[in-house]
Amino acid sequence: MKYADEFRDREKAQVLIREIDKLAASIRVGRTRPIQIMEVCGGHTHSIFRYGLEGMLPESIELVHGPGCPVCVLPMGRVDDCISIAEREGVIFTTFGDAMRVPGSKKSLLQAKATGADVRMVYSPMDALTIARKNPDREVVFFGLGFETTMPSTALTVLQAEAEGIRNFSVFCNHITIVPTIKAILDSPDLHLDGFLGPGHVSMVIGTAPYEFIAEFYKRPMVVAGFEPLDVLQSIWMVLQQISQGRAEIENQYARIVPTAGNAAALAAVTRVYELREFFEWRGLGSIDHSGVRLREAYAAYDAERKFAIPNLKIADPKSCQCGEVLKGIIKPWQCKVFGTACTPEVPLGALMVSTEGACSAYYQYGGIKRQKTMVPA
Amino acid sequence: MCLGIPGIIVKIDDHAKKLATVDVSGVRRQINIACIVDENHSVDDCVGDWVLVHVGFAMSRIDEAEAAQTLQILTELGEAQAEIEAMRMSSVH
Ligand code: SF4
Repeated sequence: MKYADEFRDREKAQVLIREIDKLAASIRVGRTRPIQIMEVCGGHTHSIFRYGLEGMLPESIELVHGPGCPVCVLPMGRVDDCISIAEREGVIFTTFGDAMRVPGSKKSLLQAKATGADVRMVYSPMDALTIARKNPDREVVFFGLGFETTMPSTALTVLQAEAEGIRNFSVFCNHITIVPTIKAILDSPDLHLDGFLGPGHVSMVIGTAPYEFIAEFYKRPMVVAGFEPLDVLQSIWMVLQQISQGRAEIENQYARIVPTAGNAAALAAVTRVYELREFFEWRGLGSIDHSGVRLREAYAAYDAERKFAIPNLKIADPKSCQCGEVLKGIIKPWQCKVFGTACTPEVPLGALMVSTEGACSAYYQYGGIKRQKTMVPA
Repeated sequence: MCLGIPGIIVKIDDHAKKLATVDVSGVRRQINIACIVDENHSVDDCVGDWVLVHVGFAMSRIDEAEAAQTLQILTELGEAQAEIEAMRMSSVH
């Protein structure tokens, strides 16, 4: 696979670890708390656990796992909305596999399928459109989910449906946007982050300019990072360099994929099809202003929210769930009271245990339990 | 869902709809290439491109020169470390 091996080279990783050790030691002088770096994106969380990167870092560095897993921040009420659409007469409900097992207040989409709803897993929104073409007498709904990475693909699919005059296709739009979320995290009084690893694939769409406020107003460094082990380590090293030199800039480690200006065609489709919502509800984080998008009036015919009556109820998370605190990085997954007991990947209580990009599932699958036993909770 | 996977575009299937076939480690499927086409890079230019594929869409062309440069920094860093190590060893005498 293109550049996967090159960015997994052990020797180069060792070189980086030595540099990180040196820098961390020099920054450490006079500090009472660890250097906290947040990886915003769930893809990074996954890589960090999969390759055991956290264990290679000096103890003075703490990685805080951010809210960038779209499945994990889906509120329970939204899952219930999906099920209410899916259980309608004549509907085929299509979704990415990740969302199938997210618990709603009564059941998940997978359980709805087991009890008769026509829920189908698709790899791409284009596959959902193909299903619509083949089933003209059924209503095909695609569950639009994800940050700016997947936003353009849903938009382009809507435009394609329009161009072909397909009328039995619509999108239940739950796309969310990363910048207001990072701002909400920076404004949160509980957190004192020293820097960020920027989301690689969101950035390939939006470019690096939208992050400038992080450096300018919040004086925090951010390095847009790739997902291979060397990418993540090199980006941590770059963040540390900035901290030690007293700089706060937006840098791009992932230039092989991320053009500084983003992707013009993708952005054009996004602007054409969506508008910002006033606010959007996140699991664990509450409502964040302008953090979600919906379809514009011009595409109302493709908007499942307008096409079907949707309950749109707010449902509180179960009391024992501490997903919100984990999402904000206040506690580690293994510090949640139900981690590994009432909440496991097989029987998840919270969404962070469902997706492979969720911090709890990553901890659980890649040695999290071991860590839970050997480390004393703070 | 957010990770994506690199693949190489092997043929164009539909010029108007901007659909092409991609090969990802031997597995082929149809993807949409609208996001990697512009006035300087036509639909036909895409054949042979290494791209990052996300949920059925080519979202970025992989830039070889940038990849090489990123790796080069690490190679130089390793060489510098080796040299410093050698100097330290020799200064013992
Ligand atoms: S262990 Fe389960 S309930 Fe606890 S934070 Fe993680 S996903 Fe949420």
